[in-house]
Amino acid sequence: MSARARTILFVVAGAGLLAVLLVGLGALPPFGHFRGALGHAVMARELGARHATDYVTALNFDLRAFDTIGEEAILFAAVTGVVMLMRHMREEDQSQRRRRAEDHRFQGASEALRVQALLMVVLIVAFGIYLDLHGSLTPGGGFQAGVVLSAGPAVVMLAGRYLTLRRVAPDWVIEAFESGGAAGFVLIGIGGLIFGDAFLQNFLPYGTPDQLLSAGTMPLVSIAVGLEVTGGLLLIFSEFLDQSLLSTTEGQ
Amino acid sequence: MSFLPFAAAAWLFVVGLWGVVTSNHLVRTVICLGVVQASTYLVLLGVGYRHGAKAPIVADVSPHARLVDPVVQVLVLTDIVIEATVAALLLALVVQAHRRFGSVDPARLRALRH
Amino acid sequence: MTTLQICALAVVCVSGTAIALTPSPLRQTLLMAIFGFALTALFFAFQAPDVALSELVVAGVAMPMIILAALRRLADQTPKGDPPGVQDKHSGSERQGER
Repeated sequence: MSARARTILFVVAGAGLLAVLLVGLGALPPFGHFRGALGHAVMARELGARHATDYVTALNFDLRAFDTIGEEAILFAAVTGVVMLMRHMREEDQSQRRRRAEDHRFQGASEALRVQALLMVVLIVAFGIYLDLHGSLTPGGGFQAGVVLSAGPAVVMLAGRYLTLRRVAPDWVIEAFESGGAAGFVLIGIGGLIFGDAFLQNFLPYGTPDQLLSAGTMPLVSIAVGLEVTGGLLLIFSEFLDQSLLSTTEGQ
Repeated sequence: MSFLPFAAAAWLFVVGLWGVVTSNHLVRTVICLGVVQASTYLVLLGVGYRHGAKAPIVADVSPHARLVDPVVQVLVLTDIVIEATVAALLLALVVQAHRRFGSVDPARLRALRH
Repeated sequence: MTTLQICALAVVCVSGTAIALTPSPLRQTLLMAIFGFALTALFFAFQAPDVALSELVVAGVAMPMIILAALRRLADQTPKGDPPGVQDKHSGSERQGER
């Protein structure tokens, strides 16, 4: 089927899909008048009892933690897939080039860029750790903090200090972060089995609200998820970015 | 007027699908898939919204105030990060396909099977 | 709906349509960052700060980096095998369309 025929077919089908979607979404309760009872019940009874002030993160890491373990497994599987695909390709190419390359600056990495990158790394890591630890108190949590923390080493990579980064954080360190985070989450769940009644039950004392060490296992789960997301995204960045940066040096 | 978010979500869904179907570059396909994902986030958050309600963070708001629904926000929150990594997996597949077959055009890749 | 919600929704729709209509993946990446920022504003207007923070970091930092790295990798690597018996008139314009 030619591209033109495909486009025409899609315009027709897409118009039909749009009509069906509009009719279907029109049958929902009007915007702003959500009648759901689960949110009310959960907020009224359970979340207050856990002394957490950020209800969304509390739901994520405590009441619906089983859901979150499933999502983490998806992330783990996706990162494993990327690593398998890219490393297979990397081994097929010449691996000798990598050991001969010196610590290089790619075109455009001036001193200003490196100084700025150093400042940014400090700010990024501090902010990421803050987001991670305060997950159950203010907007934040493991997932957001993981992405922010992964931007730190990425900034170092972009400032041209790629090989320095590889010496400081080689592959096995990043992989340890990721696996440790995933395993940590499961271990906390098993702790709920041992010390509580069910897998992933909140078994630590709840503490006082608005303190850093409150809401039971939520800060621990937040740290575990943060580690895993950081490790996962850093693995993805390093798998995609390393060969292209190195081949820039060869061509100069 | 109150139907606008859902109408916008439906439009984004169809437009993103159009980008996927008529793409001549596999990376374009992945990016337009991201637009389709965003439309689902819009529907979920639009469903849970309540007029005049506050965010479900009770650090400075009384727990008995009117709050928007937190359950749908949980669904969207993890979804955003996870689908970024799934998009990375798709891009790794695109890079592999280019390496094996020399093209990132879906039409040419399809022609290889004949 | 509040004014902020309507404005953010308008920018989201326009940038989403622009993403689907742009042919070059490089330009789509920039549009995707704009799309992400507009979505962040919309999620804030929907009283969802956690979700807005998540969307901001992903669409502003993670996704553009991954896509740009993939595009760079595609431009750099030489394909191992050429597709057998298919005419070659598209591959030249693909490479030029990236930059």
